[in-house]
Parts: sequence; C-alpha cells; structure tokens
Amino acid sequence: MFLYGFGPIIWQGTMVTLELAVLSLLLAFVIGLFGAAAKLSSNPLLSAVSTLYTTLIRGVPDLVLMLLIFYSLQIGLNKLTDWQHLAQIDLNPFASGVITLGFIYGAYFTETLRGAFMAVPGGQIEAGRAYGMSHWQVFHRIQFPQMMRFALPGISNNWQVMLKATALVSIIGLADVVKLSIDAGKSTYKVFFFTTVAGVVYLLLTTVSNLVLMWLERRYSIGVREAEL
Amino acid sequence: MDKLIIQNIHKRFGDHEVLKGISLTAKAGDVISIIGSSGSGKSTFLRCINCLEKPHEGTISLNGEALRMQRAKSGELIPADHDQLQKMRTRLAMVFQHFNLWGHMTVLENVIEAPVHVLGMSKAEATERAIKYLRKVGLDERAQGKYPAHLSGGQQQRVAIARALAMEPEVMLFDEPTSALDPELVGEVLKVMQALAEEGRTMIVVTHEMGFARNVSNHVMFLHQGLVEEQGSPEEVFGNTKSERLKAFLSGSLK
Repeated sequence: MFLYGFGPIIWQGTMVTLELAVLSLLLAFVIGLFGAAAKLSSNPLLSAVSTLYTTLIRGVPDLVLMLLIFYSLQIGLNKLTDWQHLAQIDLNPFASGVITLGFIYGAYFTETLRGAFMAVPGGQIEAGRAYGMSHWQVFHRIQFPQMMRFALPGISNNWQVMLKATALVSIIGLADVVKLSIDAGKSTYKVFFFTTVAGVVYLLLTTVSNLVLMWLERRYSIGVREAEL
Repeated sequence: MDKLIIQNIHKRFGDHEVLKGISLTAKAGDVISIIGSSGSGKSTFLRCINCLEKPHEGTISLNGEALRMQRAKSGELIPADHDQLQKMRTRLAMVFQHFNLWGHMTVLENVIEAPVHVLGMSKAEATERAIKYLRKVGLDERAQGKYPAHLSGGQQQRVAIARALAMEPEVMLFDEPTSALDPELVGEVLKVMQALAEEGRTMIVVTHEMGFARNVSNHVMFLHQGLVEEQGSPEEVFGNTKSERLKAFLSGSLK
C-alpha cells in the first residue's frame, strides 16, 4: 500500500507545513516592510529600535528564539489574564508558530528590503515627487514595483530557509510534515523511509516555489535591459 | 503678467552656503536661461523652485499664490501644507538631467502616469493627450510601448519633455536637459525646446548650451558662487559683457 496507509496523514502534514510557511512569509514580509522603513527613516528612535530587532533576531539561533518566543507568548498571556482575573487563554500552536516564524524572518526581510529600497535610484522617486505625487503614491506606484526587482533574489532565499525552518515547529507540538512522518516511521518501524519521505516533500515544495519565484523575477524585471556584449 | 516670482532664496548644505539670496521673476512666455560653472548653485536654485531642495530663506509664488512655508528644526523652510505643494508641483513640470523616466513603465505609461494618478484624468483622455505630446516631440506610435531602457538618451529626454507637457504646466523647469546626452543627440532635444519656446511656453532652463541661451532665451542669468553675477537680455549679457567672471566663463565655454 502506498506509504503504508500513511498517505493522507503525510498529505495533511504537508498542508500544515505549507500553510504555516505561506502565512509566516506574509507576516515576515509586512514586518520587513515596516522594519526597512524604520531603519531607513531619519527618526533616530525608529532606526535604533529596528536595528536592535535585526541584530538580536539574526544573532540568536532560530531554535532558541522559537522556544523563547513560543513559551514566553503563553507566559505573557497568562500573566495578563491572571492580572485581569480572566480565564486562561491557550494559544493555538499554529498561530504561535506563524507569529514566531514571522517575527524571526521579519528581521531577515527587513535587511533584504532595506537593501532593495536603497537600490532604487533617487531620481525615480524625485520624479514622482516633482510631478505632485503624494508619499503613498510615490511608494506604491514607483518605489515598491522597482524595489521588488532587487528584493526578489533575497526573498527567494529567505523563503526557502523559512520553509525549511517550519520543521522546528514540530518541537512545539505542531503536527507538520516532519512530526507526522516521524510518527508514521515509529509506528511502522520504517523511520528511515518516512524521514526520506519528509525530505522529498520539502524538496518538491522548494522546487515548485522556485518556479513561481523565477516567474515573479521576470515579471518585476520588466523594462530592464539585458546586458549586451 | 508675472507667473512665477521667486525672492531671496538662500540655501546651505551644512556650513556651506550654496545660494546667497537669488531672485527671479518670470512673465508668461519668458524663457530664462540660468548659466554658470559647476558649483555656482544653478541646479540647486532650480530645485528650490519646486521644493525638491528646501531653502533656508526665500519665497515662492506662482500666479500670485504664495507657497506657505514654515521653519523646520533643521533650519530649512518646509511647505506648511503638503497638498498646496503637490498642487503647485503639478503646475511646475520638471525635466531632469538624467531624464528620470520611470523604468518599469512604458513610454506611454510614463506620460499618462501623473495626469491619471495626480490630476485625476480618465485613462482615455490622458492617452489622447499623451499621444499628442509624444508626436510633438517627434515620437511616433512605435515608441509608445517601449521601455525607457530601450531608447537612446535623446529619445528618453524627449519622452521626459512629453511627460512634462502632458501636465500642461504653467512653467517648465529644465535642469541641464542636454548635459547627460551624447553630443550628436543634443540637437534633437534642443530643437524640441526651441519649438516650445516659440509657442510661448514659460521656461526656466539651467544649461551649459550657450547657443540655446543666446538664441532662444529672452533673459539670461549668470550665477557665480551662489549670487547673480550678471543678468539681462542675451544681447547685453553676451554682446556687452560687464563682469570679468562672466567674460572668463564665456571664453572657457565658447570653443
């Protein structure tokens, strides 16, 4: 029988991994946009907070952060509910996983996006301002589409690392593809086989996402002249 | 009638005072050339007119409406009302030295961008207007779908002029429009600018092209170290030069 009958369970785990990765990506991207804006802002407080964030997060292993953030989220919430004399609210492990991963990878996205924003020539932004655009129009009509071209290679990289880092959530009790594969391996005494299955699932996910990212890179490189030799 | 009145512009970068009180008045149909060596402050002065640079002193008024300014902590004057500044900028279209066409948009998209998203015109109306002005600067339908990177410098600058014209501005500001061009491409841009001058458009042109300053403009300002050293009609300035510095500058630039 295919996967010794564990096919549907592995599929379920794959979906959890994928949902977790995609939602964390969105959160990390949004945090990254704000982080980059803060780091580039002329306000010293904002740029200091953002620098502290990226330095701390990028300097500590994901696993340590995961344990720290995951458990401290719950403890912090418990303190809050105790203080307000409310019943304890148990954090959903999935939501905690998304918040934790998004918060960690937001630091990497902050740096990726900061570099990309800096790569957009100042004249492009100046032309927008000179033609009467508002700050928001300059951002979404000019800066953002041009920044994405420079950001995409870095985003692809972050995405792949993050997709694989979702495996860490199995230690905080989330039934992702790694946890379910290992469970399947233990109950069938085929641990090597099922661990390989989990590896192949990741490989398939990263391969497909590479294709999507290549398409995005082409789309955002519109109007860019290829080097002519 | 006076369209644009700029008075007593001062600008510092750090301790270095780049502009030490420059004024300019442009009547409808005036073509004013601003000349001077690099570092004389001519581009900075032009960029103060639409507040791309924030002056430390001075007033700007367009068609009798003064731009309301307030002093920032840095000591610069900043527009008190950003909406007023944005509206004023739509009436002061600028052409840049390095064209600054938006690289991710086609030629047509570049020209309709501000009319649609800033002036609020319909796409159809803006496209019609864009085609008219692209034709005026000598670019036909085939160029419309191209991206700026696929055009020569001269073509790019002509698109940038069409982008400025599509705003139907009160005054056009040109910041060294031919300085980044290969010598053989300068002529096509100057020809377009001359045609605009002959139509009676009000233009302020920072330039190194003495031929343009002499033959096309009706007023020439020579800037030296942040001050107006000499100004007047081209006949006076070129034919009867008074200042020694301008004499030296002209003998250096007329080869």
